[in-house]
Amino acid sequence: MNECRTTLLEVSDVSKHFGGIYALNAASLEIQTGEVHALIGPNGAGKTTLIHVLSGTMLPDAGRVVFAGKDLVRRQMHERVALGLARSYQITNLFPRLTVLDNVTLAVQGRVRDWGSSFSFWRPFSVDSAIISEAYDFLGQVALTGVAGRRAGQLSHGEQRCLEVALVLATKPKLLLLDEPMAGMGPEESARMVELIESLARRVTMLLVEHDMDAVFRLADRISVLVSGSVIATGEPAAIRADSEVRRAYLGDIE
Amino acid sequence: MGLYESSKRRRVAAAITLASLLALPWLITALDQGFYISFASRVLIFALAATSLNLVIGFGGMISFGHAAFFGTGAYCVAVLAESGIVSAALAWPLTMALTALLALLIGAISLRTRGVYFIMITLAFAQMVFYLVVSLKAWGGDDGLSLVRRSIFGGLDLKDDTTFYFVVLAILALVLVALDRLAHSRFGRVIQSIRENETRMEALGYPVFAYKLVCFVIGGALAGLAGALLVNQSGLASPNLLHWMQSGTLMVMIVLGGVGSVYGGVVGAVLLLLGEEILAEWVPHWPIGLGVLLLAVVLWAPLGIAGLFGWGRSRE
Repeated sequence: MNECRTTLLEVSDVSKHFGGIYALNAASLEIQTGEVHALIGPNGAGKTTLIHVLSGTMLPDAGRVVFAGKDLVRRQMHERVALGLARSYQITNLFPRLTVLDNVTLAVQGRVRDWGSSFSFWRPFSVDSAIISEAYDFLGQVALTGVAGRRAGQLSHGEQRCLEVALVLATKPKLLLLDEPMAGMGPEESARMVELIESLARRVTMLLVEHDMDAVFRLADRISVLVSGSVIATGEPAAIRADSEVRRAYLGDIE
Repeated sequence: MGLYESSKRRRVAAAITLASLLALPWLITALDQGFYISFASRVLIFALAATSLNLVIGFGGMISFGHAAFFGTGAYCVAVLAESGIVSAALAWPLTMALTALLALLIGAISLRTRGVYFIMITLAFAQMVFYLVVSLKAWGGDDGLSLVRRSIFGGLDLKDDTTFYFVVLAILALVLVALDRLAHSRFGRVIQSIRENETRMEALGYPVFAYKLVCFVIGGALAGLAGALLVNQSGLASPNLLHWMQSGTLMVMIVLGGVGSVYGGVVGAVLLLLGEEILAEWVPHWPIGLGVLLLAVVLWAPLGIAGLFGWGRSRE
C-alpha cells in the first residue's frame, strides 16, 4: 500500500470517564484508507469504550472524531452507518428468530443510498429481487449460502460469527469496526475467520479489536496499543513487537 | 416468531370467513333476530380496533397501554362534528383519522423515547390524561358522554339502516386487513417486525429506528380513530368508557387471545371475546373468571393466540 495515503478516521484526544475512572484519557488514533488497523490492549484498557464512542452508542466527554472529513460526535448511530461506518458485535447480536437470508436482506435493504428508504407500505418485498440476490452474494462470501433458509438462532457459534460479519459487510462500509470477531471461537473456527478477514482486507478498511495475538500480527498492517485509556504506541507489527514500552505495558504480561 | 408470512391456507380461510360474513345479515333476518345485525357490526368494529393495536404491539413490538385514547377520541370527534352539522362520512371520518393520527404523533413522539415498562406506563398516563380532560368538559357531556345527533351519511347510503351500516363496516374492515397484509410483507413491515426482534441491531444496520416506530404508532392511532368513528355510529353515544384504561386493556386481551403479530389476530380475538360475553355470560354466571382461565391457557400454551393454533399466525415456526 504505497499509493497516496489518506486519513479515513481521525480520533483526537477523546476522553470518557465514568465517575472518577477514566476509561479513555485523551486517546488519539488515525486510520488510513485501505489498511487493517488493529487495536490491542489489556483488559480494561478502554477498547470497548472506544468502539462505543466510534459507533455512536456513547458520547465522549471531550475530543473529536472525524470520519471521511465529517465530524461524528453529534451524529446518531444510524447516521454513522449511512456514512459508511459499521460495527460488528463482540457478543453475537443477530435476529435469531429470522432466517439467515432475512438477516442479510435486512442489512442490504437498510442501505438507503442504494435502495431508497424503507417507507414502502404496499409493494411486497419479495419482488425486490436485486436485494435478495445481493444478499446471497454476501452469504457466499462468508460461506453460509447452504444454510440461508435456517433460523439464525439455530446456527453454530462459528457460523453466527460469520453471519455477523456478513451483516456488517452488507451495509457496504468504508470502515469496518470488528469488535473481537474471534471471541469464543475454537482454533478451527478462528482459522476460518482469519481467512475471511484476510479476504476482505483488500476491499475494506478495518479497525480490528482482538485478543488473539497470532491473528492480530498476521492480519494487521498497523497496530495501536491502548493502555489505561491512552494510545501509547502506533506502528507496523514488527515495530510494535520491538517497542520496549509496549512490551513492558502489555505484551510482557502474556509472553 | 420470525417475519409474518401469509400462507395460501390462511387466505382461503379469510375468504371463506368473508363470504360467511357477507351472508350473515340474511341468516339473521331469516332467524328473525334483527338485534344481532347491530351486534355483528359492533364485533367487526372492535375487530378493527384490536387490529390497529395489533399493528402497534404485535408487529411494531411497542407495548402501548394507551390505545383507548385514539379509539375514544375517534368516537368523540365524530359526535362533536355531527353536533356542528358535519355528518358526511367522507368528510368526518377522514378528519377524525387525521386528528387521531396527530394525537398519536404527539403521544408517540414523547413516549417512544422510553422503552419497556416505562413505555407502557407513559402511554397509559397519556391516555388517562385524555380521559380526564374529556370527562371534565361539560360541553361534551362529562361523565354521561356525548350522544350522536345523527348517524353519518356515507355517499348515497343510509347508515341508519343497520344492514347497510353492517356492510359498510365489513367493507372497511376487509380493506384494512388487505392493506395490513400488504404492509406486513412490504419493506416497511419487515423493518418494524425486525425492530421488534432486535432494535439495537436495526440501528446498527443504519435504520432510523425511532422514525419507523413513530410512523407505525401513528398508523395504529389513525386506524383506532376510524374504529371509534364507526363505533359511535353503531352505539349512538361517545362514552367516556371508550377512553378509559380498561378499554385499552380489553383491546390488549383481544389480541393476546387472537394472536399477537398475526394479521387476523385482532379479528379472532374480538369475535371470541364479544361472542363469549354475549353468549356465555347468560349461561356461565362468572364468565370473567372463565375468561381469565382462557387467557392464562393461551399465554402458557398457545403464545401465538387462537389464530396461531389454526395456522393463521406466523407460518415460519
